[in-house]
Amino acid sequence: MTAQTAPSTAPSTGSISAPGHASGTALVKLQGVDKTFPNGTIALSGLDLTIREGEFVSLLGPSGCGKSTALRILAGLITATRGAINWDGGGDSLAHQRDIGFVFQEPTLMPWANVADNVYLPLRLRGVSRKAAAQAIDSCLSLVGLEQFAKSYPRELSGGMKMRVSIARALSLRPKLLLMDEPFAALDEITRFKLNDDILRLQREFGCTIVFVTHSVFESVYLSSRIVVMAARPGRIIAEIDVDAPRARDKDFRTTPAYGDYCRQASEALHGAMGFDEHL
Amino acid sequence: MNAPTLNPSADPARSPADSAELSLAASDDTPARGRDFTLALRIGLPLVLFAIVIWGWETYVRIAGVPHYVLPAPSRIMATMIADWPLLFGSLLQTLKTTFLGLALAIIGGVGLAVLLSLSRAIEYSLYPYAVVLQVTPVVAIAPLLLIYMPQETAVLTCAWIVAFFPILSNTTLGLQSVDRNLLELFDLYGSARPKWAPRWLGTFIARVKALYYLRGPAALPYFLGGLKIAGGLALIGAVVAEIAAGSAGAGSGLAYRIIESQFRLNIPRLFAALVLLSLTGVIIFLAMSAFSHMLLRRWHESAISQDK
Repeated sequence: MTAQTAPSTAPSTGSISAPGHASGTALVKLQGVDKTFPNGTIALSGLDLTIREGEFVSLLGPSGCGKSTALRILAGLITATRGAINWDGGGDSLAHQRDIGFVFQEPTLMPWANVADNVYLPLRLRGVSRKAAAQAIDSCLSLVGLEQFAKSYPRELSGGMKMRVSIARALSLRPKLLLMDEPFAALDEITRFKLNDDILRLQREFGCTIVFVTHSVFESVYLSSRIVVMAARPGRIIAEIDVDAPRARDKDFRTTPAYGDYCRQASEALHGAMGFDEHL
Repeated sequence: MNAPTLNPSADPARSPADSAELSLAASDDTPARGRDFTLALRIGLPLVLFAIVIWGWETYVRIAGVPHYVLPAPSRIMATMIADWPLLFGSLLQTLKTTFLGLALAIIGGVGLAVLLSLSRAIEYSLYPYAVVLQVTPVVAIAPLLLIYMPQETAVLTCAWIVAFFPILSNTTLGLQSVDRNLLELFDLYGSARPKWAPRWLGTFIARVKALYYLRGPAALPYFLGGLKIAGGLALIGAVVAEIAAGSAGAGSGLAYRIIESQFRLNIPRLFAALVLLSLTGVIIFLAMSAFSHMLLRRWHESAISQDK
Protein backbone atom coordinates (compact mmCIF):
# COMPACT_ATOMS: atom_id res chain seq x y z
CA MET A 1 0.00 0.00 0.00
CA THR A 2 2.59 2.48 1.10
CA ALA A 3 5.01 1.19 -1.52
CA GLN A 4 2.73 2.32 -4.31
CA THR A 5 2.15 5.75 -2.84
CA ALA A 6 5.85 6.55 -2.85
CA PRO A 7 7.20 5.75 -6.30
CA SER A 8 9.87 8.45 -6.12
CA THR A 9 11.73 6.48 -3.48
CA ALA A 10 12.18 3.41 -5.65
CA PRO A 11 15.68 4.25 -6.91
CA SER A 12 17.14 5.06 -3.52
CA THR A 13 15.55 1.98 -1.95
CA GLY A 14 17.05 -0.05 -4.75
CA SER A 15 20.55 1.16 -4.07
CA ILE A 16 20.25 0.31 -0.40
CA SER A 17 18.87 -3.17 -0.72
CA ALA A 18 21.09 -4.03 -3.67
CA PRO A 19 23.38 -7.02 -3.00
CA GLY A 20 26.53 -5.86 -1.26
CA HIS A 21 25.70 -2.65 0.54
CA ALA A 22 29.08 -1.26 -0.34
CA SER A 23 27.57 -0.05 -3.58
CA GLY A 24 26.06 3.03 -1.83
CA THR A 25 28.55 5.90 -1.66
CA ALA A 26 30.06 6.33 1.75
CA LEU A 27 28.90 9.55 3.39
CA VAL A 28 31.15 9.32 6.42
CA LYS A 29 33.64 6.78 7.75
CA LEU A 30 34.73 6.39 11.34
CA GLN A 31 38.02 4.51 11.50
CA GLY A 32 39.56 3.21 14.70
CA VAL A 33 37.79 5.84 16.77
CA ASP A 34 38.51 5.86 20.51
CA LYS A 35 36.91 8.13 23.03
CA THR A 36 38.15 8.35 26.58
CA PHE A 37 36.46 10.91 28.83
CA PRO A 38 38.53 13.04 31.20
CA ASN A 39 37.35 10.93 34.15
CA GLY A 40 38.95 7.86 32.54
CA THR A 41 35.80 6.21 31.22
CA ILE A 42 36.49 4.49 27.92
CA ALA A 43 33.32 5.24 25.96
CA LEU A 44 34.49 3.89 22.62
CA SER A 45 37.34 1.68 21.60
CA GLY A 46 38.40 1.05 18.02
CA LEU A 47 35.11 1.91 16.39
CA ASP A 48 34.91 1.31 12.64
CA LEU A 49 31.68 2.45 11.11
CA THR A 50 30.73 3.50 7.61
CA ILE A 51 27.52 5.38 6.93
CA ARG A 52 26.42 5.26 3.30
CA GLU A 53 24.15 7.66 1.53
CA GLY A 54 20.43 6.98 1.89
CA GLU A 55 20.87 4.43 4.68
CA PHE A 56 18.89 4.17 7.88
CA VAL A 57 21.38 2.92 10.43
CA SER A 58 20.33 2.12 13.99
CA LEU A 59 22.91 2.00 16.75
CA LEU A 60 21.46 -0.55 19.15
CA GLY A 61 22.97 -1.42 22.49
CA PRO A 62 22.68 -1.41 26.28
CA SER A 63 23.17 1.87 28.10
CA GLY A 64 26.81 2.85 28.44
CA CYS A 65 27.84 1.21 25.15
CA GLY A 66 28.85 4.54 23.65
CA LYS A 67 26.14 4.78 21.02
CA SER A 68 25.30 8.38 21.93
CA THR A 69 29.00 9.18 22.09
CA ALA A 70 29.45 7.86 18.56
CA LEU A 71 26.55 10.04 17.43
CA ARG A 72 28.02 13.11 19.09
CA ILE A 73 31.37 12.48 17.46
CA LEU A 74 29.60 12.29 14.10
CA ALA A 75 27.89 15.60 14.85
CA GLY A 76 31.16 17.22 15.85
CA LEU A 77 29.77 18.03 19.31
CA ILE A 78 32.70 16.18 20.89
CA THR A 79 36.03 15.16 19.41
CA ALA A 80 37.43 11.65 19.29
CA THR A 81 40.49 10.86 21.40
CA ARG A 82 42.01 8.83 18.57
CA GLY A 83 41.01 7.72 15.12
CA ALA A 84 39.85 9.30 11.90
CA ILE A 85 36.54 10.64 10.71
CA ASN A 86 36.46 10.87 6.94
CA TRP A 87 33.64 12.70 5.31
CA ASP A 88 32.66 12.22 1.74
CA GLY A 89 35.12 14.47 -0.06
CA GLY A 90 37.38 14.86 2.99
CA GLY A 91 37.41 17.60 5.61
CA ASP A 92 36.42 17.59 9.25
CA SER A 93 32.95 17.50 10.72
CA LEU A 94 32.84 21.28 11.25
CA ALA A 95 32.81 21.85 7.52
CA HIS A 96 29.95 19.39 7.28
CA GLN A 97 27.82 20.72 10.08
CA ARG A 98 25.63 22.52 7.61
CA ASP A 99 24.55 19.13 6.37
CA ILE A 100 23.72 17.67 9.76
CA GLY A 101 20.44 17.73 11.64
CA PHE A 102 20.39 16.59 15.26
CA VAL A 103 17.43 15.42 17.35
CA PHE A 104 17.85 14.91 21.08
CA GLN A 105 15.99 12.57 23.40
CA GLU A 106 14.09 15.55 24.77
CA PRO A 107 12.37 17.91 22.34
CA THR A 108 14.73 20.69 23.55
CA LEU A 109 12.55 23.53 22.32
CA MET A 110 12.82 27.15 23.36
CA PRO A 111 9.77 27.64 25.61
CA TRP A 112 9.67 31.38 24.93
CA ALA A 113 9.34 30.99 21.16
CA ASN A 114 6.42 29.67 19.18
CA VAL A 115 6.64 26.60 16.98
CA ALA A 116 7.57 28.48 13.81
CA ASP A 117 10.32 30.42 15.59
CA ASN A 118 11.71 27.22 17.07
CA VAL A 119 11.96 25.70 13.61
CA TYR A 120 13.49 28.97 12.40
CA LEU A 121 16.39 28.85 14.93
CA PRO A 122 18.96 26.95 12.82
CA LEU A 123 18.20 29.15 9.81
CA ARG A 124 18.36 32.26 11.96
CA LEU A 125 21.76 31.25 13.28
CA ARG A 126 22.90 30.87 9.68
CA GLY A 127 21.80 34.45 9.01
CA VAL A 128 18.73 33.67 6.91
CA SER A 129 16.08 36.39 7.24
CA ARG A 130 12.65 35.48 8.59
CA LYS A 131 11.08 36.32 5.25
CA ALA A 132 13.46 34.17 3.25
CA ALA A 133 13.00 31.34 5.73
CA ALA A 134 9.20 31.46 5.79
CA GLN A 135 8.73 28.90 3.07
CA ALA A 136 11.30 26.48 4.49
CA ILE A 137 9.60 26.73 7.89
CA ASP A 138 6.16 26.06 6.41
CA SER A 139 7.35 23.09 4.41
CA CYS A 140 9.16 21.57 7.41
CA LEU A 141 6.08 21.99 9.56
CA SER A 142 3.83 20.41 6.98
CA LEU A 143 6.30 17.52 6.66
CA VAL A 144 5.60 16.69 10.30
CA GLY A 145 1.92 17.60 10.04
CA LEU A 146 2.03 20.65 12.32
CA GLU A 147 1.31 23.46 9.87
CA GLN A 148 -1.70 24.57 11.92
CA PHE A 149 0.38 24.90 15.07
CA ALA A 150 2.94 27.39 13.78
CA LYS A 151 1.80 30.04 16.27
CA SER A 152 1.43 27.70 19.26
CA TYR A 153 3.89 27.66 22.11
CA PRO A 154 5.66 24.43 23.16
CA ARG A 155 3.76 24.22 26.44
CA GLU A 156 0.50 23.99 24.49
CA LEU A 157 1.65 20.85 22.65
CA SER A 158 1.70 17.17 23.63
CA GLY A 159 4.98 15.26 24.02
CA GLY A 160 4.66 13.70 20.58
CA MET A 161 3.93 17.04 18.95
CA LYS A 162 6.94 18.64 20.65
CA MET A 163 9.09 15.87 19.25
CA ARG A 164 7.66 16.56 15.79
CA VAL A 165 8.64 20.21 16.15
CA SER A 166 12.11 19.10 17.15
CA ILE A 167 12.31 16.93 14.01
CA ALA A 168 11.00 19.77 11.85
CA ARG A 169 13.73 21.99 13.28
CA ALA A 170 16.38 19.41 12.47
CA LEU A 171 15.07 19.25 8.90
CA SER A 172 14.95 23.03 8.43
CA LEU A 173 18.46 23.20 7.00
CA ARG A 174 17.66 20.34 4.60
CA PRO A 175 20.42 18.19 6.06
CA LYS A 176 22.05 15.31 4.22
CA LEU A 177 22.48 13.45 7.47
CA LEU A 178 19.96 13.30 10.30
CA LEU A 179 21.30 12.15 13.67
CA MET A 180 18.72 11.07 16.24
CA ASP A 181 19.65 10.28 19.84
CA GLU A 182 16.90 8.04 21.26
CA PRO A 183 14.32 10.56 20.11
CA PHE A 184 11.25 8.55 21.03
CA ALA A 185 12.47 6.88 24.22
CA ALA A 186 10.44 9.17 26.47
CA LEU A 187 7.18 8.76 24.55
CA ASP A 188 4.40 6.25 25.05
CA GLU A 189 4.29 3.29 22.69
CA ILE A 190 1.31 4.43 20.63
CA THR A 191 2.89 7.81 19.95
CA ARG A 192 6.20 6.08 19.26
CA PHE A 193 4.63 3.80 16.61
CA LYS A 194 3.07 6.82 14.97
CA LEU A 195 6.35 8.72 14.93
CA ASN A 196 8.19 5.64 13.63
CA ASP A 197 5.90 5.65 10.60
CA ASP A 198 6.39 9.39 10.24
CA ILE A 199 10.15 9.11 10.26
CA LEU A 200 10.07 6.37 7.61
CA ARG A 201 7.83 8.53 5.45
CA LEU A 202 10.08 11.56 6.05
CA GLN A 203 13.11 9.66 4.89
CA ARG A 204 11.31 8.53 1.74
CA GLU A 205 10.13 12.04 0.93
CA PHE A 206 13.27 13.77 2.01
CA GLY A 207 15.91 11.30 0.91
CA CYS A 208 18.28 12.00 3.80
CA THR A 209 20.57 9.54 5.55
CA ILE A 210 19.58 8.76 9.15
CA VAL A 211 21.63 7.46 12.05
CA PHE A 212 19.30 6.53 14.89
CA VAL A 213 20.36 5.63 18.43
CA THR A 214 17.93 3.35 20.26
CA HIS A 215 17.79 0.64 22.88
CA SER A 216 14.65 -0.90 21.45
CA VAL A 217 15.19 -4.02 19.33
CA PHE A 218 11.75 -3.70 17.74
CA GLU A 219 12.14 -0.06 16.87
CA SER A 220 15.53 -0.68 15.27
CA VAL A 221 14.23 -3.57 13.14
CA TYR A 222 11.14 -1.66 12.09
CA LEU A 223 13.06 1.42 11.00
CA SER A 224 16.48 0.36 9.82
CA SER A 225 18.14 -0.76 6.68
CA ARG A 226 21.10 -1.74 8.88
CA ILE A 227 21.39 -2.39 12.59
CA VAL A 228 24.72 -1.88 14.32
CA VAL A 229 24.74 -3.73 17.65
CA MET A 230 27.11 -2.37 20.25
CA ALA A 231 28.45 -3.67 23.55
CA ALA A 232 29.61 -1.75 26.58
CA ARG A 233 32.88 -1.38 28.50
CA PRO A 234 34.54 -0.57 26.26
CA GLY A 235 32.00 0.62 23.70
CA ARG A 236 32.44 -1.33 20.47
CA ILE A 237 30.52 -2.90 17.60
CA ILE A 238 29.79 -6.60 18.01
CA ALA A 239 27.40 -7.25 15.16
CA GLU A 240 25.92 -5.66 12.05
CA ILE A 241 22.60 -6.86 10.73
CA ASP A 242 21.33 -5.87 7.30
CA VAL A 243 17.56 -5.64 7.28
CA ASP A 244 16.82 -6.69 3.72
CA ALA A 245 13.16 -5.75 3.68
CA PRO A 246 11.62 -3.16 1.38
CA ARG A 247 12.03 0.36 2.76
CA ALA A 248 8.34 1.16 2.38
CA ARG A 249 7.10 -0.32 5.64
CA ASP A 250 3.88 -0.04 7.57
CA LYS A 251 2.28 -1.78 10.52
CA ASP A 252 1.87 -4.97 8.46
CA PHE A 253 5.65 -5.32 8.43
CA ARG A 254 5.49 -6.06 12.15
CA THR A 255 3.50 -9.23 11.46
CA THR A 256 5.76 -10.64 8.74
CA PRO A 257 8.06 -13.64 9.47
CA ALA A 258 11.04 -11.59 8.26
CA TYR A 259 10.38 -8.99 10.98
CA GLY A 260 10.34 -11.74 13.60
CA ASP A 261 13.57 -13.19 12.27
CA TYR A 262 15.37 -9.87 12.36
CA CYS A 263 14.10 -9.20 15.87
CA ARG A 264 15.42 -12.59 16.97
CA GLN A 265 18.81 -11.92 15.35
CA ALA A 266 19.08 -8.49 16.93
CA SER A 267 17.98 -9.75 20.35
CA GLU A 268 20.53 -12.55 20.26
CA ALA A 269 23.30 -10.17 19.28
CA LEU A 270 22.22 -7.81 22.02
CA HIS A 271 22.09 -10.66 24.51
CA GLY A 272 25.61 -11.60 23.51
CA ALA A 273 26.62 -8.01 24.20
CA MET A 274 25.09 -8.10 27.67
CA GLY A 275 26.45 -11.59 28.46
CA PHE A 276 29.96 -10.63 27.55
CA ASP A 277 29.54 -7.63 29.75
CA GLU A 278 28.83 -9.76 32.82
CA HIS A 279 32.20 -11.49 32.56
CA LEU A 280 34.01 -8.20 32.89
CA MET B 1 -16.77 55.20 57.24
CA ASN B 2 -18.79 52.21 58.30
CA ALA B 3 -21.16 52.28 55.39
CA PRO B 4 -18.93 50.36 52.95
CA THR B 5 -18.90 47.34 55.27
CA LEU B 6 -22.46 46.59 54.28
CA ASN B 7 -21.62 45.69 50.71
CA PRO B 8 -18.73 43.27 51.18
CA SER B 9 -20.39 41.62 54.17
CA ALA B 10 -23.33 40.80 51.95
CA ASP B 11 -21.00 38.51 50.00
CA PRO B 12 -20.11 35.92 52.64
CA ALA B 13 -23.74 35.90 53.82
CA ARG B 14 -24.69 34.66 50.40
CA SER B 15 -21.79 32.27 50.11
CA PRO B 16 -23.28 28.96 51.39
CA ALA B 17 -26.16 29.14 48.96
CA ASP B 18 -23.84 30.09 46.13
CA SER B 19 -21.37 27.29 46.73
CA ALA B 20 -24.17 24.73 46.79
CA GLU B 21 -25.36 26.09 43.51
CA LEU B 22 -21.81 26.00 42.24
CA SER B 23 -21.32 22.28 42.82
CA LEU B 24 -24.42 21.66 40.73
CA ALA B 25 -23.43 24.15 38.09
CA ALA B 26 -19.91 22.75 37.76
CA SER B 27 -21.17 19.64 35.97
CA ASP B 28 -23.26 21.96 33.85
CA ASP B 29 -20.24 23.13 31.84
CA THR B 30 -20.02 26.58 33.45
CA PRO B 31 -16.62 26.70 35.18
CA ALA B 32 -16.45 30.45 34.47
CA ARG B 33 -19.04 31.08 37.16
CA GLY B 34 -16.98 29.22 39.74
CA ARG B 35 -13.93 31.26 38.85
CA ASP B 36 -15.86 34.52 39.15
CA PHE B 37 -17.12 33.44 42.52
CA THR B 38 -13.62 32.54 43.76
CA LEU B 39 -12.36 35.89 42.49
CA ALA B 40 -15.16 37.70 44.34
CA LEU B 41 -14.20 35.85 47.53
CA ARG B 42 -10.52 36.61 47.08
CA ILE B 43 -11.21 40.31 46.72
CA GLY B 44 -14.21 40.48 49.05
CA LEU B 45 -12.84 38.66 52.11
CA PRO B 46 -9.73 40.83 52.62
CA LEU B 47 -11.92 43.93 52.20
CA VAL B 48 -14.33 42.66 54.86
CA LEU B 49 -11.45 41.97 57.23
CA PHE B 50 -10.03 45.43 56.54
CA ALA B 51 -13.37 47.09 57.28
CA ILE B 52 -13.71 45.14 60.53
CA VAL B 53 -10.21 46.12 61.73
CA ILE B 54 -10.74 49.79 60.87
CA TRP B 55 -14.13 49.80 62.56
CA GLY B 56 -12.68 48.14 65.69
CA TRP B 57 -9.79 50.60 65.81
CA GLU B 58 -12.11 53.61 65.43
CA THR B 59 -14.51 52.31 68.09
CA TYR B 60 -11.72 51.50 70.56
CA VAL B 61 -10.11 54.92 70.22
CA ARG B 62 -13.47 56.66 70.74
CA ILE B 63 -14.72 54.56 73.65
CA ALA B 64 -11.41 54.43 75.52
CA GLY B 65 -10.71 58.10 74.73
CA VAL B 66 -7.13 57.46 73.60
CA PRO B 67 -5.35 60.80 73.00
CA HIS B 68 -4.49 61.35 69.32
CA TYR B 69 -0.78 61.85 70.07
CA VAL B 70 -0.71 58.23 71.30
CA LEU B 71 -3.00 56.49 68.83
CA PRO B 72 -5.04 58.55 66.37
CA ALA B 73 -8.34 57.18 65.09
CA PRO B 74 -8.50 56.18 61.40
CA SER B 75 -10.88 59.08 60.74
CA ARG B 76 -8.34 61.51 62.16
CA ILE B 77 -5.53 60.02 60.07
CA MET B 78 -7.71 60.43 57.01
CA ALA B 79 -8.47 64.05 57.93
CA THR B 80 -4.74 64.74 58.43
CA MET B 81 -3.96 63.12 55.11
CA ILE B 82 -6.34 65.55 53.40
CA ALA B 83 -5.25 68.60 55.38
CA ASP B 84 -1.51 67.92 54.95
CA TRP B 85 -1.83 66.64 51.41
CA PRO B 86 0.38 69.28 49.68
CA LEU B 87 3.23 68.58 52.09
CA LEU B 88 2.79 64.79 52.07
CA PHE B 89 2.38 64.64 48.32
CA GLY B 90 5.63 66.52 47.80
CA SER B 91 7.38 64.06 50.08
CA LEU B 92 5.76 61.13 48.30
CA LEU B 93 7.06 62.37 44.95
CA GLN B 94 10.53 62.76 46.44
CA THR B 95 10.52 59.20 47.78
CA LEU B 96 9.10 57.81 44.55
CA LYS B 97 11.78 59.62 42.57
CA THR B 98 14.53 58.12 44.71
CA THR B 99 12.98 54.65 44.58
CA PHE B 100 12.51 54.48 40.84
CA LEU B 101 15.80 56.13 40.00
CA GLY B 102 17.53 53.68 42.35
CA LEU B 103 15.63 50.79 40.79
CA ALA B 104 16.45 51.91 37.25
CA LEU B 105 20.14 52.21 38.09
CA ALA B 106 19.99 48.79 39.80
CA ILE B 107 18.47 47.27 36.64
CA ILE B 108 21.12 48.82 34.41
CA GLY B 109 23.95 47.87 36.78
CA GLY B 110 22.62 44.45 37.74
CA VAL B 111 21.77 43.27 34.23
CA GLY B 112 24.90 44.84 32.78
CA LEU B 113 27.15 43.17 35.33
CA ALA B 114 25.35 39.84 34.98
CA VAL B 115 25.91 39.95 31.23
CA LEU B 116 29.60 40.78 31.74
CA LEU B 117 29.94 37.95 34.24
CA SER B 118 28.37 35.53 31.78
CA LEU B 119 30.73 36.59 28.99
CA SER B 120 33.95 36.35 30.95
CA ARG B 121 35.00 33.98 33.70
CA ALA B 122 37.81 36.33 34.71
CA ILE B 123 35.39 39.19 35.37
CA GLU B 124 33.03 36.84 37.21
CA TYR B 125 35.75 35.59 39.54
CA SER B 126 37.11 39.04 40.31
CA LEU B 127 33.86 40.98 40.82
CA TYR B 128 31.24 38.61 42.21
CA PRO B 129 32.64 38.36 45.77
CA TYR B 130 32.49 42.15 46.12
CA ALA B 131 28.89 42.22 44.94
CA VAL B 132 28.11 39.74 47.72
CA VAL B 133 29.97 41.82 50.31
CA LEU B 134 28.01 44.87 49.21
CA GLN B 135 24.81 42.93 49.66
CA VAL B 136 25.41 41.29 53.03
CA THR B 137 26.56 44.50 54.69
CA PRO B 138 23.41 46.04 56.21
CA VAL B 139 22.58 49.29 54.44
CA VAL B 140 21.56 50.96 57.65
CA ALA B 141 25.19 50.68 58.66
CA ILE B 142 26.50 52.20 55.43
CA ALA B 143 23.95 55.00 55.16
CA PRO B 144 25.55 57.37 57.72
CA LEU B 145 28.92 56.96 55.98
CA LEU B 146 27.44 57.68 52.58
CA LEU B 147 25.88 60.82 54.04
CA ILE B 148 29.30 62.03 55.07
CA TYR B 149 30.92 61.52 51.67
CA MET B 150 28.10 62.39 49.33
CA PRO B 151 25.50 65.11 48.91
CA GLN B 152 22.36 64.02 50.71
CA GLU B 153 20.28 63.23 47.64
CA THR B 154 23.03 61.20 46.03
CA ALA B 155 23.57 59.28 49.26
CA VAL B 156 19.88 58.36 49.50
CA LEU B 157 19.85 57.30 45.88
CA THR B 158 22.97 55.20 46.39
CA CYS B 159 21.33 53.38 49.28
CA ALA B 160 18.26 52.54 47.20
CA TRP B 161 20.58 51.36 44.44
CA ILE B 162 22.74 49.15 46.65
CA VAL B 163 19.86 47.14 48.08
CA ALA B 164 17.97 46.80 44.79
CA PHE B 165 21.06 45.89 42.81
CA PHE B 166 21.87 42.48 44.24
CA PRO B 167 18.61 40.56 43.68
CA ILE B 168 18.72 41.66 40.06
CA LEU B 169 22.36 40.70 39.66
CA SER B 170 22.06 37.30 41.33
CA ASN B 171 18.77 36.35 39.68
CA THR B 172 19.89 37.42 36.22
CA THR B 173 23.21 35.61 36.64
CA LEU B 174 21.37 32.45 37.67
CA GLY B 175 18.97 32.86 34.74
CA LEU B 176 21.74 33.33 32.22
CA GLN B 177 23.26 30.04 33.39
CA SER B 178 20.02 28.09 33.35
CA VAL B 179 19.65 27.43 29.64
CA ASP B 180 18.86 23.86 28.64
CA ARG B 181 22.27 22.22 28.06
CA ASN B 182 20.97 20.51 24.94
CA LEU B 183 19.88 23.84 23.49
CA LEU B 184 23.43 25.11 23.94
CA GLU B 185 24.73 22.02 22.15
CA LEU B 186 22.27 22.65 19.37
CA PHE B 187 23.64 26.14 19.26
CA ASP B 188 27.18 24.75 18.95
CA LEU B 189 26.00 22.59 16.08
CA TYR B 190 24.27 25.32 14.11
CA GLY B 191 25.78 28.56 15.25
CA SER B 192 29.45 28.07 16.03
CA ALA B 193 30.80 28.52 12.53
CA ARG B 194 33.05 31.56 12.82
CA PRO B 195 33.82 33.93 9.96
CA LYS B 196 37.04 33.04 8.14
CA TRP B 197 38.69 36.38 8.87
CA ALA B 198 38.13 36.19 12.61
CA PRO B 199 40.82 34.89 14.96
CA ARG B 200 39.82 32.08 17.30
CA TRP B 201 39.21 34.20 20.40
CA LEU B 202 37.00 36.58 18.47
CA GLY B 203 35.06 33.62 17.09
CA THR B 204 34.49 32.36 20.64
CA PHE B 205 33.42 35.82 21.73
CA ILE B 206 30.98 36.21 18.83
CA ALA B 207 29.52 32.78 19.57
CA ARG B 208 29.04 33.78 23.22
CA VAL B 209 27.32 37.03 22.32
CA LYS B 210 25.05 35.15 19.92
CA ALA B 211 24.20 32.54 22.56
CA LEU B 212 23.49 35.37 24.97
CA TYR B 213 21.10 37.01 22.56
CA TYR B 214 19.31 33.96 21.24
CA LEU B 215 19.25 31.62 24.23
CA ARG B 216 20.57 32.92 27.54
CA GLY B 217 18.75 36.23 27.44
CA PRO B 218 15.25 34.85 26.91
CA ALA B 219 15.93 31.99 29.34
CA ALA B 220 16.99 34.52 31.98
CA LEU B 221 13.90 36.70 31.59
CA PRO B 222 11.70 34.92 34.19
CA TYR B 223 14.58 34.96 36.69
CA PHE B 224 15.25 38.64 36.03
CA LEU B 225 11.58 39.48 36.54
CA GLY B 226 11.58 37.53 39.81
CA GLY B 227 14.57 39.62 40.89
CA LEU B 228 12.81 42.79 39.77
CA LYS B 229 9.82 42.02 41.98
CA ILE B 230 12.09 41.75 45.01
CA ALA B 231 14.21 44.72 43.96
CA GLY B 232 11.19 47.00 43.57
CA GLY B 233 10.28 46.55 47.23
CA LEU B 234 13.90 46.71 48.34
CA ALA B 235 14.56 49.97 46.49
CA LEU B 236 11.76 51.56 48.53
CA ILE B 237 13.21 50.13 51.74
CA GLY B 238 16.67 51.40 50.79
CA ALA B 239 15.30 54.85 50.09
CA VAL B 240 13.43 54.90 53.43
CA VAL B 241 16.44 53.71 55.42
CA ALA B 242 18.63 56.39 53.89
CA GLU B 243 16.00 59.08 54.40
CA ILE B 244 15.72 58.11 58.06
CA ALA B 245 19.48 58.30 58.43
CA ALA B 246 19.47 61.65 56.66
CA GLY B 247 16.40 62.74 58.63
CA SER B 248 18.12 62.20 61.97
CA ALA B 249 20.82 64.51 60.60
CA GLY B 250 18.07 67.13 60.19
CA ALA B 251 17.85 67.22 56.41
CA GLY B 252 15.55 65.69 53.85
CA SER B 253 12.13 65.90 52.36
CA GLY B 254 10.97 62.33 51.59
CA LEU B 255 8.16 60.43 53.31
CA ALA B 256 10.52 58.71 55.76
CA TYR B 257 11.88 62.12 56.73
CA ARG B 258 8.28 63.24 57.39
CA ILE B 259 7.90 60.24 59.72
CA ILE B 260 11.00 61.19 61.71
CA GLU B 261 9.95 64.83 61.77
CA SER B 262 6.39 64.02 62.87
CA GLN B 263 7.74 61.81 65.64
CA PHE B 264 9.90 64.66 66.99
CA ARG B 265 6.91 66.99 66.89
CA LEU B 266 4.53 64.40 68.34
CA ASN B 267 2.35 64.87 65.27
CA ILE B 268 1.32 61.20 65.35
CA PRO B 269 -1.63 61.51 62.92
CA ARG B 270 0.72 62.83 60.27
CA LEU B 271 3.21 60.05 61.03
CA PHE B 272 0.44 57.52 60.39
CA ALA B 273 -0.62 59.30 57.21
CA ALA B 274 2.95 59.16 55.89
CA LEU B 275 3.15 55.50 56.86
CA VAL B 276 -0.08 54.73 54.98
CA LEU B 277 1.31 56.43 51.88
CA LEU B 278 4.58 54.49 52.15
CA SER B 279 2.82 51.20 52.46
CA LEU B 280 0.47 52.01 49.59
CA THR B 281 3.52 52.85 47.50
CA GLY B 282 5.04 49.47 48.33
CA VAL B 283 1.83 47.66 47.39
CA ILE B 284 1.52 49.55 44.11
CA ILE B 285 5.15 48.86 43.19
CA PHE B 286 4.65 45.16 43.89
CA LEU B 287 1.43 45.00 41.86
CA ALA B 288 3.01 46.91 38.99
CA MET B 289 6.01 44.56 38.90
CA SER B 290 3.75 41.49 39.05
CA ALA B 291 1.58 42.79 36.23
CA PHE B 292 4.65 43.62 34.15
CA SER B 293 6.09 40.18 34.72
CA HIS B 294 2.80 38.47 33.94
CA MET B 295 2.47 40.44 30.73
CA LEU B 296 5.89 39.33 29.49
CA LEU B 297 5.63 35.68 30.52
CA ARG B 298 1.98 34.77 30.14
CA ARG B 299 2.42 32.99 26.81
CA TRP B 300 5.13 30.58 27.82
CA HIS B 301 6.33 30.48 31.42
CA GLU B 302 4.84 28.13 33.99
CA SER B 303 4.80 30.74 36.76
CA ALA B 304 2.51 33.00 34.75
CA ILE B 305 0.40 30.17 33.41
CA SER B 306 -0.54 28.80 36.82
CA GLN B 307 -2.01 32.20 37.65
CA ASP B 308 -4.36 31.86 34.70
CA LYS B 309 -5.90 28.68 36.02
